[in-house]
Amino acid sequence: MNEAVPAHMSPTRSFQGLILTLQRYWADKGCVILQPYDMEVGAGTFHPATTLRSLGPRPWKAAYVQPSRRPTDGRYGKNPNRLQHYYQYQVILKPSPPDLQALYLGSLEAIGIDASVHDIRFVEDDWESPTLGAWGLGWECWCDGMEVSQFTYFQQVCGVDCAPVSGELTYGLERLAMYVQGVDNVYDLNFNGREGAERVSYGDVFLQAEQEYSRHNFEHADTGKLLRHFQDAEGECEALLAAGRDEAARNGGPHRMVLPAYDQCIKASHVFNLLDARGVISPTERQNYILRVRSLAIACGEAWLMTEAGGA
Amino acid sequence: MPDLLIELFSEEIPARMQARAAEDLKRLVTDGLVEAGLTYEGAKGFATPRRLALTVHGVTARSADVKEERKGPRVGAPEKALEGFLRSAGLASIDDAKIESDPKKGDFYVAVIEKPGRAAEEIVAELLPQVIRNFPWPKSMRWGAASAPKDSRFADADALGTGSLRWVRPLRSILCMFGPETEDPEIVSFRVGDIESGNVTYGHRFMAPDAIRVRRFDDYVPKLEAAKVVLDPERRRNIIATEAKNLAFAQGFEVVEDAGLIDETAGLVEWPVVLMGRFDEAFLEIPEEVIRLTIRQNQKCFVLRGADGALTNRFLLVSNIEARDGGKEIIAGNERVIAARLSDARFFYEQDLATPLGEWGAKLEAVTFHDKLGTQAERVARIATLAGALAPVVDAKPEEAERAAKLAKADLPTGMVGEFPELQGVMGRYYAKAQGEAANVADAIRDHYKPQGPGDAVPSEPVAMAVALADKLDTLTGFWAIDEKPTGSKDPFALRRAALGVIRIVLENGLRLPLLPLFSKRLDETTAADLLSFFADRLKVHLRDQGARHDLIDAVFALPGQDDLLMVVRRVEALAGLLASDDGQNLLTSYRRAANILRAEEKKDGKSYTGEPDHALIHEKGEAAERELLAVIENVEAHVEKHLKLEDFSGAMASLAELRPAVDAFFDHVTVNAEDTNLRENRLKLLNRIREAMHGVADFSKIGG
Repeated sequence: MNEAVPAHMSPTRSFQGLILTLQRYWADKGCVILQPYDMEVGAGTFHPATTLRSLGPRPWKAAYVQPSRRPTDGRYGKNPNRLQHYYQYQVILKPSPPDLQALYLGSLEAIGIDASVHDIRFVEDDWESPTLGAWGLGWECWCDGMEVSQFTYFQQVCGVDCAPVSGELTYGLERLAMYVQGVDNVYDLNFNGREGAERVSYGDVFLQAEQEYSRHNFEHADTGKLLRHFQDAEGECEALLAAGRDEAARNGGPHRMVLPAYDQCIKASHVFNLLDARGVISPTERQNYILRVRSLAIACGEAWLMTEAGGA
Repeated sequence: MPDLLIELFSEEIPARMQARAAEDLKRLVTDGLVEAGLTYEGAKGFATPRRLALTVHGVTARSADVKEERKGPRVGAPEKALEGFLRSAGLASIDDAKIESDPKKGDFYVAVIEKPGRAAEEIVAELLPQVIRNFPWPKSMRWGAASAPKDSRFADADALGTGSLRWVRPLRSILCMFGPETEDPEIVSFRVGDIESGNVTYGHRFMAPDAIRVRRFDDYVPKLEAAKVVLDPERRRNIIATEAKNLAFAQGFEVVEDAGLIDETAGLVEWPVVLMGRFDEAFLEIPEEVIRLTIRQNQKCFVLRGADGALTNRFLLVSNIEARDGGKEIIAGNERVIAARLSDARFFYEQDLATPLGEWGAKLEAVTFHDKLGTQAERVARIATLAGALAPVVDAKPEEAERAAKLAKADLPTGMVGEFPELQGVMGRYYAKAQGEAANVADAIRDHYKPQGPGDAVPSEPVAMAVALADKLDTLTGFWAIDEKPTGSKDPFALRRAALGVIRIVLENGLRLPLLPLFSKRLDETTAADLLSFFADRLKVHLRDQGARHDLIDAVFALPGQDDLLMVVRRVEALAGLLASDDGQNLLTSYRRAANILRAEEKKDGKSYTGEPDHALIHEKGEAAERELLAVIENVEAHVEKHLKLEDFSGAMASLAELRPAVDAFFDHVTVNAEDTNLRENRLKLLNRIREAMHGVADFSKIGG
């Protein structure tokens, strides 16, 4: 496909070119190409297209970019590698195909990583998300000593055993782009693949945001309001699930309120991350908050199995 | 005799699980063969990141025929009993059973069951699926279409849901060959999940990914080698160690030895290629420990020392391929990652240095140490007070001990220790030095965690000793106060290690540290006694490891108020010295004789013979040996007491030994159970006196052997 790609779209020269190459690659493999979920999440896994769709028996293949917020990783734009907002590229294939490793390696080749000159390795890394009640086995994928992706066979999500098991790939897009562009500072990434006056860098797009959000996450976010938001989201999630359950019991048929309830679970999780960044959560309370989010996730997972997409 | 070759080919097996898995495969298969009646001459298991392999040679081709006789019911037994017998013996009719006679029981049926031997192939084909399905991986998983629920309209007909095959990572193919050397071996055919066994394997993932047909172990290993796979992990380790050494040597450097890292890297590659990279020399300003950990832990690379012993700005990486460009890209990539990691580390280091250690320490107020034991800051305050109080015992200045203790945990909230928890103390020392703390205070911050294990040295500098003791004693008394003691194999707060640490610091530095007064500041009498007996147990284990006799330690600890570990050990040593001598052995015999007589008589009479013997009676009516013993014993008691006061336990033991001739003579010439009841009572009291005198030094009743 390279002959059709103009220079400014080359994944080794352009951040958006890298993203579009991955989109094209996974579209060719039969994935639904989704757009990012329109809520603040800590990782691409939180997107309902992964969390909820990995539950139940229905096959599913999707790929998408997901902006990921990690409030505690903010560095005021001063660290060349750490960001409180970055992009993950997420692929979910259910059931996991037998050639998933080969498909993954094909995607690296598509973005310009030649396996005959690079050292690509699958290094043990068991994935666990305590807030999602999820775990899986897999690897971090190394390219010349750098972790460029996470590769996981989901075993349990929202406290439910996965049947069938999904394969999940998560690419850290900035890191991968830095690698293929040969750049040591994320803000120096070429975003649009143009040169000269037309060149837009990652810093042009995101440096100010990193500075402002770092101040917000660490200094200004109103902890009193956040604590209330957490409780509100938690209460709303539970209320919506109860409403859907009652309707289903009364009228028969599926649960019809899972996705809105799950949005509130996502919200609670993000608010918790902000509170954590503000340093107002003690280690003992921390565990407690994680358990509260997890019980929302588990309740959503259970309800999902009562929906049509959940296989009911 | 035929050989068996098995290979289980999968996606990447975690490095840390490979060696164990190769052994498990060997054990499970060979045990299974033997159980099925086969024998074999030898077996060896192998592992690479993508395969477990096993060769078993000299396997018998068939198991032997077995003839078994099973006794049944008597002739004429009820129909039900006969039916049951036929069923269990697998007979079609009772006419197939023979009848035997027993003189007592009469005639009864006997079934003769003949089990013909089975072909080894058949046994293997039955055994392997069981071994694979029940393989003891520390963690295993399901995968793929087979993991879909079996009753779902979305799944294949052969889906098994959560009951589908589990393996450490997806299992992709199985090779299983069996046959004699002289002929072409054949595929042992079986099916596990959706995998059919065969004669095919695959080479290196990138350099030779094609299928390879294999006949037996002898062509398996070289064919893999040609396909860029070194099967034997030992060989991969040797290649890594040798290449690393040579590369380093060529530059005049030396590899910082790291056997654990060699093992791990050998488990991450099928075709090891060692390459050298470098990083900016400016990073060498970062503490060496940080550089090593960053490079080792995150990047699994080796660091190098120069001729002067200092770290150099080079590292060695172990890659999995012979790259087309000779490794240029791989080195460049690794260099960039290491530079990024080191600049992260430098960022933490500089950030940490920008804040005084005391201020970092203040953050411990917000950190809980344990729900019932308060915050880390409260703990630090307790340790500081205790360290100050202990300072005179170890010849430290109290203000230095307190200062070091106050800073000892201050590095816990720093960025660097957050990143590398194992650098606790090490970083505190650097930060303390940087802000001009005294060298012994800074060293104590690092060394107060010592000893971290049986092989670790104990602190020997006074300030470090004071803080180390205070830290461990605070932990022990704290957890005893809230009744969180180790049970069985559970010791989540490493209290055994803390007690052993106190014991070693005290003994190896010759410290006088009575423990009970320290315990009683925080614990009631019973709990303090319980903690002391915990120390006694740890001391026993410690001394036993050093070859001391268990019963001698018991004999000393049975004395009241033994809370001074150094004195306990001195006494045990003196006791061992005494018992090694003839005098000591004879004295022990006499002691036992006296103690046995006393026990028997006291039991018979229902009273104990304590109290002073009647001296006048002895002088008037007693025998010469009895008078002699009384005189000697008074002398010995005085000598023992004098020596004990001086803590001269060998002297006390030697004094005890003076008893021996008089005691021997007493038993030779005096009848304890005399007719005269007054004389008898007096003699028993005399024996009791011997027992008491000896118990002043150790409880000899606890001594065995």
